[in-house]
Amino acid sequence: MEEKTIVERLREEFPAGVRESWTSLGDDVVIIDKGMLLPIATFLRDSPGEFRMLLDLTCVDYPGQEPRFEMVYHFFSLSRNRRLRIKTQISESDLRLASLTALWKNADWLEREVYDLFGVHFDGHPDLRRLFMYDGFEGHPLRKDYPLRRRQPLIRLKE
Amino acid sequence: MTGLKKKRPPAGQFMTTQFNSLLGWARKYSLFHYPFVTACCGMEYMSAACAHFDIDRFGAGWTRFSPRQSDMLLVVGTITHKEAPVLRTVYEQMTEPKWVIAFGTCAVSGGIYDNYAVVQGIDQIIPVDVYIPGCPPRPETVLDGLLKLQEKIQHQDQDWRWKKKRS
Amino acid sequence: MPTRIQKQARQDTMLLNMGPSHPAMHGTIRVMLELDGERIVNSEVEVGYLHRGFEKTCEHRTYFNLLPYTDRLNYVSPLINNLGYVMTLEKLIGVEVPERAQYIRVLMSELSRISDHLTCLAAMAMECGAFTAFLYKMKAREFLWDVIEQTTGARMTTSYIRIGGVRADLHPGFDAVLKKAIDETRLVLKDVHGLLDKNKIFLNRTRDVGVISREDAVAFGWTGPCLRSTGISYDVRKAHPYLVYDQLKWEVPLGDRGDNFDRYLVRMKEMEQSLRIIEQAAFRIPKSSPAFVAAGMSPSQAIKESRLQRVRKAIALSPNLEGSEETRYPDILASDKSFVVPPKEETYTTIEGLINHFKFFMRGHGLRPPKGEVYFAVEGGNGELGFYIVSDGTDRPYRLHLRAPCFHIVSALEQLIRGRYVADVIPTFGSMNMIGGELDR
Repeated sequence: MEEKTIVERLREEFPAGVRESWTSLGDDVVIIDKGMLLPIATFLRDSPGEFRMLLDLTCVDYPGQEPRFEMVYHFFSLSRNRRLRIKTQISESDLRLASLTALWKNADWLEREVYDLFGVHFDGHPDLRRLFMYDGFEGHPLRKDYPLRRRQPLIRLKE
Repeated sequence: MTGLKKKRPPAGQFMTTQFNSLLGWARKYSLFHYPFVTACCGMEYMSAACAHFDIDRFGAGWTRFSPRQSDMLLVVGTITHKEAPVLRTVYEQMTEPKWVIAFGTCAVSGGIYDNYAVVQGIDQIIPVDVYIPGCPPRPETVLDGLLKLQEKIQHQDQDWRWKKKRS
Repeated sequence: MPTRIQKQARQDTMLLNMGPSHPAMHGTIRVMLELDGERIVNSEVEVGYLHRGFEKTCEHRTYFNLLPYTDRLNYVSPLINNLGYVMTLEKLIGVEVPERAQYIRVLMSELSRISDHLTCLAAMAMECGAFTAFLYKMKAREFLWDVIEQTTGARMTTSYIRIGGVRADLHPGFDAVLKKAIDETRLVLKDVHGLLDKNKIFLNRTRDVGVISREDAVAFGWTGPCLRSTGISYDVRKAHPYLVYDQLKWEVPLGDRGDNFDRYLVRMKEMEQSLRIIEQAAFRIPKSSPAFVAAGMSPSQAIKESRLQRVRKAIALSPNLEGSEETRYPDILASDKSFVVPPKEETYTTIEGLINHFKFFMRGHGLRPPKGEVYFAVEGGNGELGFYIVSDGTDRPYRLHLRAPCFHIVSALEQLIRGRYVADVIPTFGSMNMIGGELDR
């Protein structure tokens, strides 16, 4: 009996939530609706697929496109030894997304990093503030419209 | 030690210049350094401080992790804008006489990181005596820089006259 | 501006700042502790003091140019970072690497891994007071770095592993130097086992300190030796084998309690396994092509002659280029010309070689992977080191993201030290092997 792949099971469970899916270069990629992030993540963690580990979450900025930002999540299942990439798109006008801190503990710092560098707000995050940059830094450095060399020194520099 | 012109010793009588040299000799061979280690150069600092390329044979072996107890600030690695106030505070807490060595190109000039986060050289924050380039510098380069600092210390005015003018 | 812990602290507790300039030589991280006597009631970890804008800088550099930036990520095991980045790109492009180059990559990777574990445990031991262990391990590290330097040209930040293979072949005396390094490392490991394994002081400071359960470790996204110390066997080299790891015989050491001592022991045992891998790889490596004949005309002479006629004689390259002669290329670099630097002999003497060389380095040309995205992970010194590259078809990455293993490990620090003493922070933090370049990018 062929076991259903995780992508097929996701499509079954959330027919409206899953927009696209494909496999390229050996990676499974699924694009989902942003409102369905928390239910799908809960399903991934608790279902028999057991994607117990959140490997990474990051963001990519496409300034010309609408929606502008694309959030990328990498999940890993220790028991199945499989990785899965989940992507969802959010637009600049509504830069909010559900937080995964209730499900995975490392989502805390990962989401703070994305907030710091891109400006994405995570609803339900216990303590959303900057991680890498300092208080008083204005702007979000990894956005494409932030110039590479715009410095905001904390103390007065000579020369 | 090529490349460093021997400065004329400070003007004064024979005994005072001799005492000056004595103080310089004592200071250069008993440097207590504060390794302000941030990044990759820290690995080469560890190599320079350990058995193979010992800096203890030059008198600089005692690592003092308190700015009050050290007289040489060894800024090792990249300094970011977030770290800059900390560096400034540590430098100001050190007591005179003090010297600063910029270890590695990131401390010298920002290195390969020319972006929003990195200070382009610590001489924008604190005065620097010796610059050691390299990414990371080999331990031999570090020792060469240390020797240059020692030469500088030997020939500078040791500022021991307590009746000097306050400017 | 007050930080979270300053706002939340109780009236009767003391706030202690273990500031960014830390004597524990881990670089720069700030741990603020709220203390009730010696007990830690709460803590806050602040990172970002070494955020050097790696990801943003990489968007402004070509794929080839950003190789030195990857060296400086996990700077105690730079060759593994090189490898991770290069293999991610090779997965995207679809490049076949010659077998000898794969063995060389495995060798260099494992040497880097041993030096990573040596440095981590040396720092951890030194901070607990075991200065001798630190000096012994630094001595062993010097021997390993000698090997790396003689092969790659640099002790630490090497940029040796290139797209399509490696930069240069192994030099003729490699086996002897490697054997010496392995023997010295084995002696040092034996000594350190004797010094620390049953040392009552070290055990008191590390046994049952910084304990993490398996569920928590997975929930935090821990990978690498820290995860294996809890008993979960996940090693990227075994789970998703890359290069020639599946052809070599070695084991994955596991701990059981998830405390600091287990993390120390797992790393010590991993070093033994890495030495085994190195010995096997050095034995099984395919023989190199026939030795290059050193005598030949100088490059400037060859360039002059090539203006008049096709030069067929041998060219003596500079010693810096030793190992990357044209005859070595089938061993060390892939045959696809668009992704590797052309050999110098061709560049000096043929017009096609010169054009290829220019086009490889010119802005807008050169290495242009197909459009798409890719994620690939290797086993770094700390765990799963993953690179996520989004390519838009140009010569610069559109987005390059690093999955830093110690980021997830350090995010658990607050939980691990809660309720413990101040002195427990040091071995706990030391056993996590925080590397600032990787954590803050």
